[in-house]
Amino acid sequence: MSTPINAALSRSVAVVGVGNAPYGSFPDKDEYALAAEAFTQALQDSGLEKSQIDGIGVCRIPSYARMGEVLGIDPRWTLTLPAHGRMSGISIVEALAALHSGIAAYIVLLYSNIGRSRRMNYGGDEMPNVWDPWGFTSPGAGHAMMFRRHMELYGTTTRQLAEISVAFRKHACLNPDAVMKKPISIDDHENSRPITAPLRLLDYCQINDGACCMILTTAERARDLRRPPVYIAGVGARDNFRDSSLPNFSADFWYAALQDVAEQAYTMAGLGTQDVNALMAYDNFSPTVLFSLEGLGFCKRGESGAFVEGGRLALGGALPSNTDGGHLSNSYMQGWALNVESVRQLRGELGARQVAGCKVVQYVAATPCTRSIIYTLD
Amino acid sequence: MDTLKMNNASAYTKPLPRPDPELKPFWDFARLGQFAAQRCRDCAHVHFPPGPVCPACLSSSQEWFATSGRGTLFSWVAFHHPYWDCVKPALPYNVVMVQLEEGPLIASNLVDENLQGLKLGMAVEAVFEAIPGDMYLPKFKLRAR
Repeated sequence: MSTPINAALSRSVAVVGVGNAPYGSFPDKDEYALAAEAFTQALQDSGLEKSQIDGIGVCRIPSYARMGEVLGIDPRWTLTLPAHGRMSGISIVEALAALHSGIAAYIVLLYSNIGRSRRMNYGGDEMPNVWDPWGFTSPGAGHAMMFRRHMELYGTTTRQLAEISVAFRKHACLNPDAVMKKPISIDDHENSRPITAPLRLLDYCQINDGACCMILTTAERARDLRRPPVYIAGVGARDNFRDSSLPNFSADFWYAALQDVAEQAYTMAGLGTQDVNALMAYDNFSPTVLFSLEGLGFCKRGESGAFVEGGRLALGGALPSNTDGGHLSNSYMQGWALNVESVRQLRGELGARQVAGCKVVQYVAATPCTRSIIYTLD
Repeated sequence: MDTLKMNNASAYTKPLPRPDPELKPFWDFARLGQFAAQRCRDCAHVHFPPGPVCPACLSSSQEWFATSGRGTLFSWVAFHHPYWDCVKPALPYNVVMVQLEEGPLIASNLVDENLQGLKLGMAVEAVFEAIPGDMYLPKFKLRAR
């Protein structure tokens, strides 16, 4: 296992402002316009003055300098991360370290995505790789490969997989911001067209435009601000780069990485799976949710299919997950909207989709850069 | 050498290999009916795709060699979506993941078109399909043990 993270980091930093631009298709806007909307909302939410922001991290935004120019900010801490769906957790861990060390005092993290209106394709000539001559392309295909193997090893079924898409769509129907708000059933999932079998259309996330923003500061500074601080109690990280040429694929379903990440995050937070009131699991494709549940230890290895049956991940179930609708039905914000949702759940702001008595929310991304963040109210 | 003939070059339905100096030895071996991988001369680690140094010991002394071309079925999928226009006539087509006897996990196609009845760990071996440009594409077929 990894060297433990310095326990002093636990609850030393808090999220004090969150915001999001509308989700949909906005051909007349660009990344900066959407990010500015999310930032304005988050700044207002926090009660901070713009002049107090001294750190800026941008993700999927072409130029950090242009972003600073648009917002009128000259920071002393700048971070730029690419348009990969693995960078929200990385950004938050970097911000935690910078704030704890005193390198910055108030950090804004911005994510913006204009892929829908720009007709981004995930596969084919826009994502060349060494396996193209055999037709192996697109991020979803790696997940289809993993899910087929999971089916064969453990007897997991597509109807069990459907539970995830159905639960998250139910949540999206309670979220005014969500893109997909038509209820679906397990049969709808089974009847949707195959994309890369065994995965079907309803196992794939949507692609839409939008932006998210988070503002973080130290716990001490957070206490005097407008909103109740949401603390970062634990973080964990493990990357798997050795088989990177098989894109979005892990021969062990990221199990070892997730176990490592769980150990780091739960030890740092002083918490365990039994303490988690809501889970926010990166769901670019529905199988990652199964892999996350097994790797973090919510169920035994190979038993995630049975675990999710009967609406366990739906609001009202034992482990409400992706209460905003996730990537599958809310918005393709590459993990960012799930982190924003974590904060809002803990503040108790979510009305019809609020988890009662929510004290601990865990974010996890089972990807080649596996990350987890545990958020708490105290 | 077990080869499959090309029916009609102009109707070829998969993206062609891009010219890539690092992979040239792979395609040269394929022309001879061999599935090649890179092996470290210092620690014998076998890897594919190739890299500039051995990912195990960082030695830059590496060689290409012909693997057995045999392996086992690790997983499989069927593509129904045309990520390239050229593959439309071939839909649905399969992609399999194969664990070579020598270690590397690779993606390829299974020439046996019926995916019903496939099981993890089934024995497979490479066959070589002629493709445009005087090249041969290694694929796999089920093999009786």
